[in-house]
Amino acid sequence: MSARTRIAVAVLVTIAGFALAAPWLTPWAPDALDWQHLASPPGFDAAHWLGTDRLGRDLFARGMQAIRVSIALGVLAALVSVIIGVAWGATAGYIGGRVDALMMRFVDIVYALPYVFIVIILATLFPRGSLAALFIAIGAVGWLTMARIVRGQTLALRQREFIDAAIASGARTSTILWRHIVPNVIGVVIAYATLTIPQLILFESFLSFLGLGVQEPFASLGSLINEGAQEMESSPWMLLVPATLLTVLLVAFNLLGEGLRSARETRRE
Amino acid sequence: MISFVLRRLAGLVPTLFVLVTISFFVIRLAPGSPFDQEQKLSPEVRANLDAAYGLDRPLYVQYMRYIAGVARGDLGPSFRYKDYRVTELIASGLPLSLTIGLAAALLAFLVGVPLGAWAAWRANSLVDHALMGFSLIGVVLPGFVVGPVLALVFGIYWRLFRIAGYEAGDPGFLVLPVVTLALPVMAYVARMTRDSLVDVLQSNFVRTARAKGISPRAVLMRHALRPALIPVVSYLGPAVAFVVTGSLVVESVFGLPGSGRFLVQGAIDRDYPLVMGMILVYGAFTLVCNLIADLVYRWLDPRVRLT
Repeated sequence: MSARTRIAVAVLVTIAGFALAAPWLTPWAPDALDWQHLASPPGFDAAHWLGTDRLGRDLFARGMQAIRVSIALGVLAALVSVIIGVAWGATAGYIGGRVDALMMRFVDIVYALPYVFIVIILATLFPRGSLAALFIAIGAVGWLTMARIVRGQTLALRQREFIDAAIASGARTSTILWRHIVPNVIGVVIAYATLTIPQLILFESFLSFLGLGVQEPFASLGSLINEGAQEMESSPWMLLVPATLLTVLLVAFNLLGEGLRSARETRRE
Repeated sequence: MISFVLRRLAGLVPTLFVLVTISFFVIRLAPGSPFDQEQKLSPEVRANLDAAYGLDRPLYVQYMRYIAGVARGDLGPSFRYKDYRVTELIASGLPLSLTIGLAAALLAFLVGVPLGAWAAWRANSLVDHALMGFSLIGVVLPGFVVGPVLALVFGIYWRLFRIAGYEAGDPGFLVLPVVTLALPVMAYVARMTRDSLVDVLQSNFVRTARAKGISPRAVLMRHALRPALIPVVSYLGPAVAFVVTGSLVVESVFGLPGSGRFLVQGAIDRDYPLVMGMILVYGAFTLVCNLIADLVYRWLDPRVRLT
């Protein structure tokens, strides 16, 4: 592991640790109103480490709750997109021919559209504020690149002799896919999935920023940024706190993903 | 060449058709109706409204009517903006969105390519590491983080640009939105240019050029840059599409009257024709951008045959 990857892991573990331990670190609940400290700046005043918002809600508690939602949604949605992407890509790549052309043509069409549309359309499909629906919607756009990568790998694998051997010994297509193809692409999939997580966290924050994602009383980094942007003239910390948290989270996940990917590439060389 | 372009353009039609069809039915699956309000409408009023907009007909009839309308260039009436056609609404905001988007794409490539070339020129130096570090952050940060922070620093603390109360024709309002939109693309372009140029600089023809005694600078500018830009150019199409659609974030951050807000507001209001219109217009735009990028790509790299 390179130094950068190690730093990324350390940062992520720290953030996740704080997010999980937050309920015991601060006396304030994410949705508790503190009428004595409306819009107060970060400091040691009444244990509002990162200040409060306009309604007197503690920004540390809200920020950490938002990170819990973001990471959980990001990981779950990445899982959804891995499952769809691997199944789709492996099937298309292994069967090949017209099925492959048709399946990949579909991916191309969806790919050609700005993801913004797809996410917005899907987000409107479900009742507002439904977290489960939100992560299906987000996971449903994440699988496209995964499908392409897995298909490419599968095409290469199909030429290998052990696949011929499996066919010759009479294994069924589904067995070959599941037992021989999938285990061989899993390394790439994991490396790529770590790069997918920050993208999905970004989708979630973006939707919440637009008001289509996580709803009150829950906080999302996106909705916190949106609220903060409206108050930034008088209380800049309301914007800067969630903006910094989101930045650190995204940069750390991306460094980790890039680190895993380049580690694989070096090994192959 | 011309027949190739025409064939590709014709190929866009079925793709758009599939897009319109899928989104038409998917949007209708969503719960809620455009006429849901705080106060419940009486059933009679509701029935009249539905009849007036043809919503009482079976879905496939509505679909046929919609497609017939699109073929005539009519995207239907907006459900929320009374007395406006969707075409009028989009036409009112699109010029601004396009201006911001295209300016951002231009800025991104004009700054991103030289920065990337500089980093490749000094590969593995401090400059390279610093530039690539910044570009990683630039790629990662979304517009809705960068926009408000830029507005805070340059609009509120330093008062360099005005950020509220947009007046048409005053370019001062557009600087921060364009920069916000350009940053991620710029960072990505810089990374691509650097990686691709570092590769090209190690290739045989570059070594030959160096061996002939051409100065390193001339080798870079005259020989290495053009082939190195091929992957960068192929990113041009997606990039333009990205900035034009990405303008909806910037428009909402900076309060600009572009067309992006119609997509979000339309989705929230269940204003079906408005959302469909936006998808159609932006979808067509994206596809055309990709086509143009393909053409430029083929022009830059003659090895890619026109098939």
